Amino acid sequence: MSYIGHTREEEARMLGEIGARSFEDLLEQVPAAQRMTAPLDLGPPLTETELRRYFASLAARTYDPNAVVSFLGAGIYDHAIPACVDHLALRSEFYTAYTPYQAEVSQGTLAVSFEFQTMICELTGLEVANASMYDGASAAAEALLLARGATRASKVLLAPGVSPRTRAVITTHLSGQMEIAQVPEIEGRVDVAALRAALCGDEDIAAVLVQQPNFYGLLEPMDAIGAAVSAMGEKPPHLVVSADPVSLGVLAPPAQWGAQTVVGDVQPLGTPAQFGGPTAGYFATRRTHIRRLPGRLVAEAYDAAGRRGFTLTLQTREQHIRREKATSNICTNSALIALRATVYLAMHGAEGLRQVAAACMRGSHYALSRLERIAGVERIYPGAFFREFAVRLPIDAEQLVGRVRDVAGILAGVPLSRFDPTRPRDLLVAVTETRSRTEIDALVEAVRRSISA
Amino acid sequence: MTSQGETPQWDETRRSADHARGSVALIFDKSVPGHRGARVPKLDVESPPLAELVPEALCRQEPPHLPEVTEPEVVRHYIRLSLLNHHVDRDLYPLGSCTMKYNPKIHEDLARLPGLGGIHPDAPEESVQGILELLWCFSRDLAALLGLDAVSLHPSAGAQGETLGMKLFRAYHDRQGNQKQTILIPDSAHGTNPASVARCGFRPRQIPSQRDGRIDLAALCEVVDADTAGIMVTNPSTLGLFEKDLGAIAERIHAVDGLVYMDGANLNALMGITRPGDMAVDVVHVNLHKTFTSPHGGGGPGSGAVAVDKKLEPFLPVPLIVKEGERFRLASDRPLSVGRLHPYYGNTGVILRAYAYMLSQGAEGLAAVTRAAIVNANYLMKKVHPIFPVANPETCMHEFVSSLAWTRNHGVKNIDVAKRLLDYGFHAPTVSFPLIVPDAFMVEPTETETRATLDRFAEALSKIASEIREDPERVTSAPHSTYVGRLGEAEAARTLKVRWTVPEQRHA
Amino acid sequence: MEFPERLRYTKEHEWVRVEGDEVVFGITDFAQDQLGDIVYIELPEPGASLQRMDAFGSVEAVKTVTDLYAPVSCEVVAVNEALTDDPARVNNSPYGDGWMVRAKLGDAAQLDELLSAEAYQKLVAELGG
Ligand SMILES: Cc1ncc(COP(=O)(O)O)c(C=O)c1O
Repeated sequence: MSYIGHTREEEARMLGEIGARSFEDLLEQVPAAQRMTAPLDLGPPLTETELRRYFASLAARTYDPNAVVSFLGAGIYDHAIPACVDHLALRSEFYTAYTPYQAEVSQGTLAVSFEFQTMICELTGLEVANASMYDGASAAAEALLLARGATRASKVLLAPGVSPRTRAVITTHLSGQMEIAQVPEIEGRVDVAALRAALCGDEDIAAVLVQQPNFYGLLEPMDAIGAAVSAMGEKPPHLVVSADPVSLGVLAPPAQWGAQTVVGDVQPLGTPAQFGGPTAGYFATRRTHIRRLPGRLVAEAYDAAGRRGFTLTLQTREQHIRREKATSNICTNSALIALRATVYLAMHGAEGLRQVAAACMRGSHYALSRLERIAGVERIYPGAFFREFAVRLPIDAEQLVGRVRDVAGILAGVPLSRFDPTRPRDLLVAVTETRSRTEIDALVEAVRRSISA
Repeated sequence: MTSQGETPQWDETRRSADHARGSVALIFDKSVPGHRGARVPKLDVESPPLAELVPEALCRQEPPHLPEVTEPEVVRHYIRLSLLNHHVDRDLYPLGSCTMKYNPKIHEDLARLPGLGGIHPDAPEESVQGILELLWCFSRDLAALLGLDAVSLHPSAGAQGETLGMKLFRAYHDRQGNQKQTILIPDSAHGTNPASVARCGFRPRQIPSQRDGRIDLAALCEVVDADTAGIMVTNPSTLGLFEKDLGAIAERIHAVDGLVYMDGANLNALMGITRPGDMAVDVVHVNLHKTFTSPHGGGGPGSGAVAVDKKLEPFLPVPLIVKEGERFRLASDRPLSVGRLHPYYGNTGVILRAYAYMLSQGAEGLAAVTRAAIVNANYLMKKVHPIFPVANPETCMHEFVSSLAWTRNHGVKNIDVAKRLLDYGFHAPTVSFPLIVPDAFMVEPTETETRATLDRFAEALSKIASEIREDPERVTSAPHSTYVGRLGEAEAARTLKVRWTVPEQRHA
Repeated sequence: MEFPERLRYTKEHEWVRVEGDEVVFGITDFAQDQLGDIVYIELPEPGASLQRMDAFGSVEAVKTVTDLYAPVSCEVVAVNEALTDDPARVNNSPYGDGWMVRAKLGDAAQLDELLSAEAYQKLVAELGG
């Protein structure tokens, strides 16, 4: 297919009007030494039919998510997506527009961002949220950089339950900028006494990052953590919480624990897995930090006749104005994914979101209780968890995942050996509201058979 | 519809007839207690009540104020909002530097194939071979297109590509034992360039442009020294000009063991003509959401894929997809890597569309795209230059930058012209940069526009130019036909109402 | 555009008024006009001690932001708190209600290096103001 606006005959006429004899005349600026001599080696162009065929053949070499029952989580979750989310995200008006630089012809995008910002504020309990970040991990890195600017301290403490991927992304972003240390672990969670000790011994801590629920699905003792951080005098380090948005349907907003910044990924709110991207990060903070906020921010505005609209605001924070002194280098963000989350939340309301969260909890607790009945399968961490839990198996976890897939067409979970080779028999299992009792029972049965096979 | 030769008819009231003016409504305004869109499945399992599962101290006491609306209301609200947007499928969107070209519809279908769009990134490798193959093949082809040796698809946008580039520079210099701190950046650069350099701990140093807008090679040579870690160059530059001296610049930088980063946001001007690798570039990012038609999404998501020379390959982020026989594997055992940049493997959903585009065009098609983009830009420049002069009216590449300085004499600024264009049904060009052109007006038509559309646009500019002379008020008070009039940005920035709040009476 | 005679000026488009051993300063009419609608002003804490040309704060408009530089070495006595809620005062009255800092003068000799109204007006004319 060609999407070019004119034929070669039309082109010839246009060249004539430009005053060029040929296209080559227009390339006088490009030095001959740098001109390509051989054509690109990319194969012949494909028609739509051929494209469909080729992409279908690729899809045929991945598993079929409509046929395979998945208990995979570890950061990307299989929640139900109302049909209208995709229909609205497929509106040309939304998906073929760009950053709303011209507010008067971008009120659709701007109003959605304003709604998104509001919903994120409501979920997190904070006063200001931006229009989106790339993903939850980079949002966490930005939150730590904000804390550095606000506190002028240079170290961060990461809770033991921060996802290894988030941790790795943070490490990449902060290398050479901030020093990273770990908070000791107790039963898979923050060791609050050790956190207190670490904080007391050190004046140079900018932030403590805690993920809730944590990578193992466990609920962190946010009340005690918040108290430990805020006890650190007049200007305590920032408590930064990376919070799963679905869990905020039942969990207290992190602002309640004194969080200065709350970040996370909105993939669970209406965006399919897409092999891990794109998703969108959210970023919420206190009003006092508004001039340190990274990324786009939308504000209410009025025209001369007093009509309400919306516009990008505080652009002086951003790279296109403040350049090397900008709060972040982010430009393109993840607006369309934020739109999906906005529609998802509008479709559910507070009660719907609470029900989704509750169903995840009930389903995952049921699944764990049944898996624990299998000889040799043990729960690894005690205490409260949300949607996801870790179990130790009597056999290698990768091997079990392979067998369960082969015998039952079920993806049983994510082996923790992928993140820590010293844990060959540990498996992380996620249960969302989309998993039925029958599916959970089938998982349990397949695990039982695979272990004794 | 205007066919060739006809004088286009302007009717700015047409838009206001489409939708009368008014205040923009929010979904919160539609909320009615008890209304609901989605139904959540009732899970029929034995499990303790929620109160026993969540420690009381951690429980939410107050529900969040989320709207309560039925599905029909949700759909209607967002459809109505959507109608307030300008977008590529409506009309020309000549936003310079952003390459607002047509987004092929087939890509949306392909991205939604369950076996590609619904795949969990932690599924076993043998269950995701198809998607690993796609990513591997696209990396290979992109490397060929750019004339470089290896590719990372991980960056989520151009700016993150720049971040990666600077991390690679740092890793390279550390390995070489170099203590270099300075990155040179032309004064015409996009804002992300200095921002990315600074956030990676380098010192950006601005180098002045020559009068024609290109890098001043002599001035550059004067500042290159032992502290020069590298340079970040946009080619073609943000003025739509090819940096003829890039080869010589690269030589000078390499002579002090510096590295050359090319901001490839403007790759739409180069395909089939030249390759960053042919210009001795060490690292380049390309915005797949520009050149490769992945939709801009109202601001994102994007992808800022990066290609590198082989000397930087060992430092690329993990994991990398490798092919072993007929199998694809995710390799993380790379000791010199800068680490992880994306939590998974990049914005696969965006990359997939870009790959579909590359396949549907093939080598010839991509070269034809660039050719048409250059012809369109030159054609439009020829028409616009007499109205709003271009600083450097020789040939341009894929875009050109007019200066609207003369309109100041009539009390009109570039932003006013931008707003007036909205009344004529077009999106405005870029007016926020390059900073070196007074009242810059950066126009990028792209290859997907017809000549008739370009003519209509030029005609609109010509009308606006007359208005500036005869009735400048009409221009400075624009837009007149949009749903809301020009919004008070200063007041908005002073009040900073950045979220909806529950109206007082609802507290009762 | 106004250039009051009794004030002194800097090349950075600030004005200074001497009041005994204190100075009061802000930005000029030309500066506020160039910036456009001012939306936020960041000022130092009282007690801060500034060297001449120290960046002591910033002025933010919708599409630009500019640093403020101390016109002379001094110690801040007071800042114009009213600007927090109403930064537009700088647009409306740059030499009056829009004053920014009152400070104790450090080295009186530095005053001689400031520009007269006439010299500053000439500078502005060269910039096309
Ligand atoms: C020249 C140039 N460089 C870099 C960028 C940054 O790219 P992104 O918005 O994808 O981060 C852009 C686009 O916005 C650009 O036009």
